[in-house]
Amino acid sequence: MKIPRFSRKTLCIPYAVFLLFFVIAPMLVILVYAFTDRNMGFSFGNFVKFFSDPTKLSTIVYSIVIALITTVVCLLIAYPVAYILAHSKMKKKHVILMLFVMPMWINFVLRVNAIRELFNWIGLLGQANYFNTVFGMVYDFLPFMILPLYTTLMKIDPSLYEASYDLGGNAFTAFTRITLPLSVPGIASGVTMVFLPSMTNYVVSDMLGNSMVTIIGKFIYEYFGSDWHMGSMVALVLLIVVFISTFLTGGFKSEENVRGANL
Amino acid sequence: MNKQLAFKCLKAGFIGLILLLLYAPILLLAVYSFISTDIIGTTGSFSFTHYTKLFGDPIILQMIGNTLLLAFLAALLSTILGTLGALGMFYCKKRTKALLHGASQIPVINAEIVTALSLAITFVTVGIGKSYFTMLIGHMVICTPFVVLSVIPKLKQMDGSLYEAALDLGASPFKALWKVVLPQIIPGVISGFMLAITLSLDDYIVTVYTRPNGFETISTYVFNATMRGNAHTAETLSSFWALTTIIFLVIVLFVVLSNLPALRKKEAKQ
Repeated sequence: MKIPRFSRKTLCIPYAVFLLFFVIAPMLVILVYAFTDRNMGFSFGNFVKFFSDPTKLSTIVYSIVIALITTVVCLLIAYPVAYILAHSKMKKKHVILMLFVMPMWINFVLRVNAIRELFNWIGLLGQANYFNTVFGMVYDFLPFMILPLYTTLMKIDPSLYEASYDLGGNAFTAFTRITLPLSVPGIASGVTMVFLPSMTNYVVSDMLGNSMVTIIGKFIYEYFGSDWHMGSMVALVLLIVVFISTFLTGGFKSEENVRGANL
Repeated sequence: MNKQLAFKCLKAGFIGLILLLLYAPILLLAVYSFISTDIIGTTGSFSFTHYTKLFGDPIILQMIGNTLLLAFLAALLSTILGTLGALGMFYCKKRTKALLHGASQIPVINAEIVTALSLAITFVTVGIGKSYFTMLIGHMVICTPFVVLSVIPKLKQMDGSLYEAALDLGASPFKALWKVVLPQIIPGVISGFMLAITLSLDDYIVTVYTRPNGFETISTYVFNATMRGNAHTAETLSSFWALTTIIFLVIVLFVVLSNLPALRKKEAKQ
C-alpha cells in the first residue's frame, strides 16, 4: 500500500477547526439569539424594543459622539507625530517611536488606573466625567493611530517629493497632493482601530467617567446579566458596523503594524 | 534660517509635549511608589513600603502568577496553532485561503466585547461550564489570528524551492518543515508569540466573560479594587503603584536589551 504524499495544506486543519468552533459558530449563536425571543421563537422584537427606547437612543448618540471626538483627537495628535517622525533625518527616531508604544505594553487596567490616580490628585475625577473618559481613550488608543500612519508615511517614495519640487510645488502642495492622498490607507486603518474600542471598551468609561458615562459596550455587559437576546442584538449591530467599516477600508493588513509587532 | 530653526523647535516641542502627557501618569505612580503615603499629593519619606506590601500580599501574588501563567500558555498554544495555520493556509487553494483569512480577521477587527459575549453564550448554550479551559480558549481566540498575521509576511518572503530541495535530498516532509521552513519564518513566529503575550496580559473583557469563578488576573483584580473597593482599598491601591512601576521597568529593560544587539551592530559598522 502506498502512503499518500504528505500535503502541507493539512497543517491548517487544526486552525480551521478552531476558527469554526470558536469564531464562526459563536457569531452564528449571536445571530440566532438576536432574532429570537425568550421562547426561542423568531422575532424582530429585540430591535424594536432597543431602538424605541429614548434613553437607550440618547446613550447611543453620546457614545458615538465620544468615539468620534476620541478618533478626531487621536488623528490630530497622531498625524503630526507620525509625519514628523517619518520625515525626520534623526538617527534615533526609532527610539522615539518606541517611546510612544511602550506605555501600551503596561497592563491596560493598570494604565487606566494610573490616569485615574493622576485625575484624582489634580481633582478632576468625578468633576469632568466626559473629558476624563475621552482623555483616557485618547491615551490608550493613540498608538493604534500612530503606528499605521507612520508605516504608510514611511512607504511614500521620497522621489515623489523631489519631483513635486522640480515641478514648482511648495511644501504645502506636496503635502496636500502627495502625503495626504497616499496616507489614506493608514488613516483608514487607524480610524477603525480607534473608533470601535472607543464605543465599546467600558473599562475606560467606568474607571475614568466615575460610572456616570455609559457607552454602547456597557449595554452588552448589562444585558449579559439579564437578557442574552437583547445583548446579542446589540452585539450584532456592532458586528454589522465592523463589517461595513472593514468593507469600506479594505480590511486589516498585517503590514500595518497596528500593535507594534514589527518594531 | 531662523524660521527653519523655529520650526524645528516647534516640532520637537510637540513631540515632547505628547510624550510628557503619555508618561505623566506612569511617572507620578513611579515616584509615589517610593514614598510612604497612601494618598498621592501628600508627603512622606522615601520607603519601599508599597513594594513590601505588594510582595507580602498572597492574594496579589497569586493573581500576578495567574496572569503570567495564563499569558504564557495562551501565547504558546496560539503560536503553535497559528504557525501551523499560517503554513497550511499558505499552500491552500485561493478560495480556501481567502475563506480562512477572512475568518481570521473576525477576532482582529471585532469589538472585544462582541467576541467575549459570543464565546460566553456559546459555551453555556452547548453546556460547557466556565473553566480554565474556556478562558484559555477565549485568550487563544484573540491571540491566534495575530500570530497568523505576523507569520504570513515571512512565508511570502521565504524561498519556496528550499523545501522542495530538502525533499529531493531525502528529508521527510516534517524534517524539511522543521529544519528548512521554520528557520526562515522564525522571526514572524517570535513576534507573533510576543504579540500574543502582550494581548493576553492586557486582556480584561474576554477574561471576565470566560473565566472560572474566583479566578483573578491583574486586569480583573485592579478593576474590581478601584471600582468596587474593599476593606483595605487605600493600601491595595497604593501597592498597584509599585506593581505599575515594576511592570514599566521590566518593559524598559526588555526594550533596551532587545535593541542592544542591533545598536552594537550599527556602531561596529560605523
